[in-house]
Amino acid sequence: MDLGSTELTSTAHTLLPPLLKLENISLAFKGVKAITDISFEVQAKRITALIGPNGAGKSSLLNVINGVYQPQAGTITFKQIPHKQMTPRYAAQQGIARTFQNIALFKGMSVLDNLLTGRTLKRHSTWLEQAFRVGRAPREDRSNREYVEQLIDFLDLTAWRKTLVGTLPYGIQKRVELGRALAAEPTLLLLDEPMAGMNAQEKQEMSEFIRAINREFGTTIVLIEHDLSVVMSLSNHLVVLDYGKKIGDGSPEEVRHNPEVIAAYLGTRH
Amino acid sequence: MLFTEAGQLATSYKAEQKLFRLRQDYVAFGILLFLAFVALPYWGSDYWFNAILIPFLVLSLAGLGLNLLTGYAGQLSLGSAAFMAVGAFATYNLELRIPDLPLLFSILGGGLFAAASSVIFGLPSARIKGFYLIVSTLAAQFFIQWLFTKFSWFSNGSTSGVITAPPLVMAGYDFSTPVGRYLLTLSIVASLFLIARNLVRSELGRHWMAVRDRDTAAAVMGIPILKTKLLAFGMSGFILGIAGALWAFTYLGTVEPHGFDLTRSFQILFIIIIGGMGSLLGNFLGAAFIVLLPILLSQLIGLLPANHWVDIGQLENAQKIIFGGLIIFFLIKEPDGLARLWQRCRERARIWPLRY
Repeated sequence: MDLGSTELTSTAHTLLPPLLKLENISLAFKGVKAITDISFEVQAKRITALIGPNGAGKSSLLNVINGVYQPQAGTITFKQIPHKQMTPRYAAQQGIARTFQNIALFKGMSVLDNLLTGRTLKRHSTWLEQAFRVGRAPREDRSNREYVEQLIDFLDLTAWRKTLVGTLPYGIQKRVELGRALAAEPTLLLLDEPMAGMNAQEKQEMSEFIRAINREFGTTIVLIEHDLSVVMSLSNHLVVLDYGKKIGDGSPEEVRHNPEVIAAYLGTRH
Repeated sequence: MLFTEAGQLATSYKAEQKLFRLRQDYVAFGILLFLAFVALPYWGSDYWFNAILIPFLVLSLAGLGLNLLTGYAGQLSLGSAAFMAVGAFATYNLELRIPDLPLLFSILGGGLFAAASSVIFGLPSARIKGFYLIVSTLAAQFFIQWLFTKFSWFSNGSTSGVITAPPLVMAGYDFSTPVGRYLLTLSIVASLFLIARNLVRSELGRHWMAVRDRDTAAAVMGIPILKTKLLAFGMSGFILGIAGALWAFTYLGTVEPHGFDLTRSFQILFIIIIGGMGSLLGNFLGAAFIVLLPILLSQLIGLLPANHWVDIGQLENAQKIIFGGLIIFFLIKEPDGLARLWQRCRERARIWPLRY
C-alpha cells in the first residue's frame, strides 16, 4: 500500500494544485526563532507527517496553519487562497480542524456534548431561538445529533457517550478529541501527536482510525508523530524539521535515506 | 430504590432531548409544581411566605444568574449584588417615570438595564481571566453602589437612597398580599429557570462550557470567544437584575443601595459554591442551605434549656459557628456541592442494593 501511494504522490504533484501550500514561513517569539523559512506542500486527500526532534518547530507550524500563531513572514495558501496569516475562527470556517498535543477536551462535558460542540459552525440558529426552542434550533439539534451519533459509532465510543470526558482513560480521551475535530467535517485535519503516550496496541488502533478517516471521509491529514515506524507506514509524505528548519521533504522512502535526516535523528554534529 | 427507570428507553433523539426523560421525573416535577403553586398558597402562613419562601426563591434566582456566568461560562464575578441593584433601581425608575408601563415590563426592563451594565463590566474579560477578572467585577460592585448613593436622582430625591416598592398590581390583580407576592415571585423564577434550562442545554450552553474548560480549543473550533463571554455576562446580568427587582419589591418592600453591598455578592457566591457550580438544581439547594439552615439552627437552639448558663448573644455566635462548620463539612465531603451529592445519591439508589 505504501509503495503504491508513494508513486501516486509523485504523479499527483504534477496534476493537482496542493490543498495547502506554505511558502517561506518564519515565526519568532520576541527574537527567538521557532521556524525559519519553511516551505512545503500538502496534497489533497493524503496523509502528511511532520517529524523532527523535540523543539524542531512542528507544533508551532501547526499553530501557524490554523491561526493560533501569526508568522512574521511567508504565505499560507489554503484552497488556492493566499494568506499572510490565519485566525483560528477563519481557519475553522475554511475547514481546518485540529487536535492538541496535551489533550484539550472540555472536561466538564460528556463525550456527546464534546462532539456536538465540534459541529458549532454547522449551526445557524441564534441563541434566542435556542432559548425558546423555536425556529431553526430544534431541527439543527436533531440533524447534528444524528451526525455525531454516526461518528461515535465510527470511532467506537458508544459505551462512553454520556460519560464526562474528564473521567475517561487517556487513550479514549485522545479518540474523543479526534472525534471532536472530525465532527466539523474538516477538509484538513491537523493532528498534534495523536499517539503520544500510547502503547503499541493503542497506537495500532489509532493508526487504523486515522487511515479510515482518510479513506472514508477523504480528509487530508497533517500529523505530528515521533514513532518513526508508525509514521513510515501511515503517511504518504514526510516533512522533516530540525531547529526550525526543513531538512527533508518527500516520500517515506526518500526521507529514510536522506543523510541530513539520519544525522538529525542519530545526533551527528551539525 | 426510589423508583426504577428500567424499560424506559428513548427511541428517538427528540424523545431523549425532552425536559425530563423519565416518567417519574415528570410526575415528581408535576407534584412539585402543584405543591408550589396550589398547596403552599392554600396552607402556607404569612411567616412562611415572608421570611422563608420569597427570599429562598429570589436567592435561588440570583444564584442562577451568577451560576450561568461562573459555573457555566467560567468567569469569576464578585459583582452580583451590584447588578441586582441596577435591576432594582431601574425597575423603580421605570415604574416612576413611565407611569403607564405595566409592572412586568418594568421588571423585564430592569433586567435589561442590569444586563447592559453587566456586559460593560464584562468587557475586560476579553483580555483577563480567572482571579484577575474579579477586580473588574469588584469595580462594578463599588462603583454602582456609590452611584446610587451619590446621585439621589436614582431614588427620586431620597437622600439616603432608599426606594420603596411600587404598588404590585398586574392586570388589575393586586399582588401585595404575602401570597400574591409569593406567587408573583414563583412565576417569574420558574419561567426564568425554564429558559435557563433550555439555554444551558443548547449550543450557547455548550459554548459557555467550552470557554470555561478550554478556551484555546474553543477558539480553534470557531467559537467566538468574546461574544460567548459577553453573552454570559449579559444573561447573568439580566437574571441578577430581575432577582434584584424581586428582592427589593416582593421581598423587602423598601431597599437602599447598602442592601446590595459586597456581603450580598459573597452570599450569592456561597450559594453556588455550596449548591454546585454548573448545576441548576444547585442554586435551589444552595439557597435553601443559606436561607433555611440559620432559621433551623436558631429554632433548635431556642429549644435548648440554655437560658440559665448561656446568654442569647452567645447563642447567636454559636449559631454562626455551627453554620460555618457545616459549610466546611459539606465542602470537604463534596467539593462539587450539594447538587453533586444529590446526583451521587441518585446513582447509588439506581443500583441499590448492589454497590456497583
